[in-house]
Amino acid sequence: MALTLMKGSEAIAEAAIRAGARFFFGYPITPQTEIPEYMSARMPELGGCYLQAESEVAAINMVYGAAGTGERVITSSSSPGVSLKQEGISYIAGARLPCVILNVMRGGPGLGSIQASQGDYFQGVKGGGNGDYHLLTYAPASIQEAIDIMMFAFDKAEKYRVPVLFLADGIIAQMMEPVEMPEMVDFKVDPEKKPWAATGWKPGDDPKKRAVINSLYINTEELSEHNELLQSVYREIEKNEVLWENYKTEDAEIVVTAFGTVARVVKSAVDELRAEGVKVGLFRPISVWPFPTQALRDTVCRDQVKAVLDVEVNAGQMLEDVKLSINGEKPVDFFGHLGSQFPTTAEIKQKILEMKEAM
Amino acid sequence: MSVVFEKTQLLTDKPFHYCPGCNHGIIHRLVAESIDELVQEGKLEAGNVIGLVFTYQGDGDLASIGTAEIVHAAHRGEKIVTIFVNNAIYGMTGGQMAPTTLVGQKTTTSPYGRDEAWCGAPIKMSEMLAQVPGSYFIQRCAVNNNGNIIKTKKAIKKAMEYQLEGKGFCMIEVLSTCPTNWGLAPVEAMKWLEENMIPYYPLGVYKDKGADEK
Repeated sequence: MALTLMKGSEAIAEAAIRAGARFFFGYPITPQTEIPEYMSARMPELGGCYLQAESEVAAINMVYGAAGTGERVITSSSSPGVSLKQEGISYIAGARLPCVILNVMRGGPGLGSIQASQGDYFQGVKGGGNGDYHLLTYAPASIQEAIDIMMFAFDKAEKYRVPVLFLADGIIAQMMEPVEMPEMVDFKVDPEKKPWAATGWKPGDDPKKRAVINSLYINTEELSEHNELLQSVYREIEKNEVLWENYKTEDAEIVVTAFGTVARVVKSAVDELRAEGVKVGLFRPISVWPFPTQALRDTVCRDQVKAVLDVEVNAGQMLEDVKLSINGEKPVDFFGHLGSQFPTTAEIKQKILEMKEAM
Repeated sequence: MSVVFEKTQLLTDKPFHYCPGCNHGIIHRLVAESIDELVQEGKLEAGNVIGLVFTYQGDGDLASIGTAEIVHAAHRGEKIVTIFVNNAIYGMTGGQMAPTTLVGQKTTTSPYGRDEAWCGAPIKMSEMLAQVPGSYFIQRCAVNNNGNIIKTKKAIKKAMEYQLEGKGFCMIEVLSTCPTNWGLAPVEAMKWLEENMIPYYPLGVYKDKGADEK
């Protein structure tokens, strides 16, 4: 198949459509506005629904409503907008509805900046909204990877009845790369497979037929049972849906952990250092929830590995999961840039060389 | 023995969690009966382009926390019916001040009575939404006596008919009592509604594009 040069935001939007999404609700915010712009032109061509909501709060609640019908629904925003969506995301998780949410991260806190950042890792992975819930969260490092994940994201969301979150960043949305765009998936709501979906009651139907989409459990025993069910789903996801990449870690003495586009800068540093004879490799979580704990342990908890370096564009958020996974068995160092400043290859190389000298 | 009245089958046997004397039960029944009649009359059919879609809301989610959403739903002319139950107080959370609480009315968060100087005057949602170009049918009703209950039922059914025809956004505001949180017996609460709420929230049709088109 031929490669096409595409802008990230448009490629991700098209991939969502090819994966069967026919409902998009959003609100403009930099650096992801090209996604709603693309959807506003593309959805009507396919008989889909694009609706510019009055706010992010409204948009996520429209997602809640539309997802309740069993259709494939997507929304997109950037950090401050995703903060506004948190209440709705918690409700959707509580009501066990599948959908896809894109966070094209920018600098924070507050309005922060409009440049790329990784400051919402905690928000995406540790909660964000209220209650005990998780989102199946992916951190793509390239446009192609975002496309490829999108093609199975709805399947996973529907399989487990959980929202899927893309923890992307402004660079993925704004850059252009050659990509291979998959064929259109033929998606139709199958009420047999989605008995929970509110597909409508018709005269003649069983009067007792009711699809109740709800996250309210006044009775504490019922709420407890509901949470047990949610947790059992999360354990299944942890067992089945962990994704990661190992890059030149086979014989590495220093393993660098990084996610998203930052991992590509790390990759360049690894390549340059390898050329200089430094045994360094990259471990990149692709699913950040569930976090690839065991895979990371298998990679770094070996005699030959002397130290671990975590690189992020934040003050060290994934760092906590890296440390929890390694559980003190190896020294973990951190190199972070704050706000929206991305590290350069040279800076990362320098840091690794300093670590090597201290070993 | 002959059956002269039956509860509509559309209401389940799940017990309401409302206090004795609360008007929600009446309004729930009016909604269910209206749907039942639309089915019997063949107006709600499998072939409808859009199904019957309605929301049932209170002073808090409609007139306060969700004001942006209701205004924009009306603004977009969303083809839905909204049943707005206005009881001038937050009933479910235990009687706090609502945007619809009357001036001087005491609640758990306005213990000295609502002060217009800094809480504002009670918000009139029907008047407000009638001004929004996208709204189609707006009527304010009450369920304080049999006559008004019948009028409320007619208004709800009419709104549902408009909605099924895909006309646009319809809202029926229903003035209702909250005896427990008002600190009044159910009969006294009805009297309070008549003497205080209806004068401030006049009943009637605020917008009817359907009638205007005829």
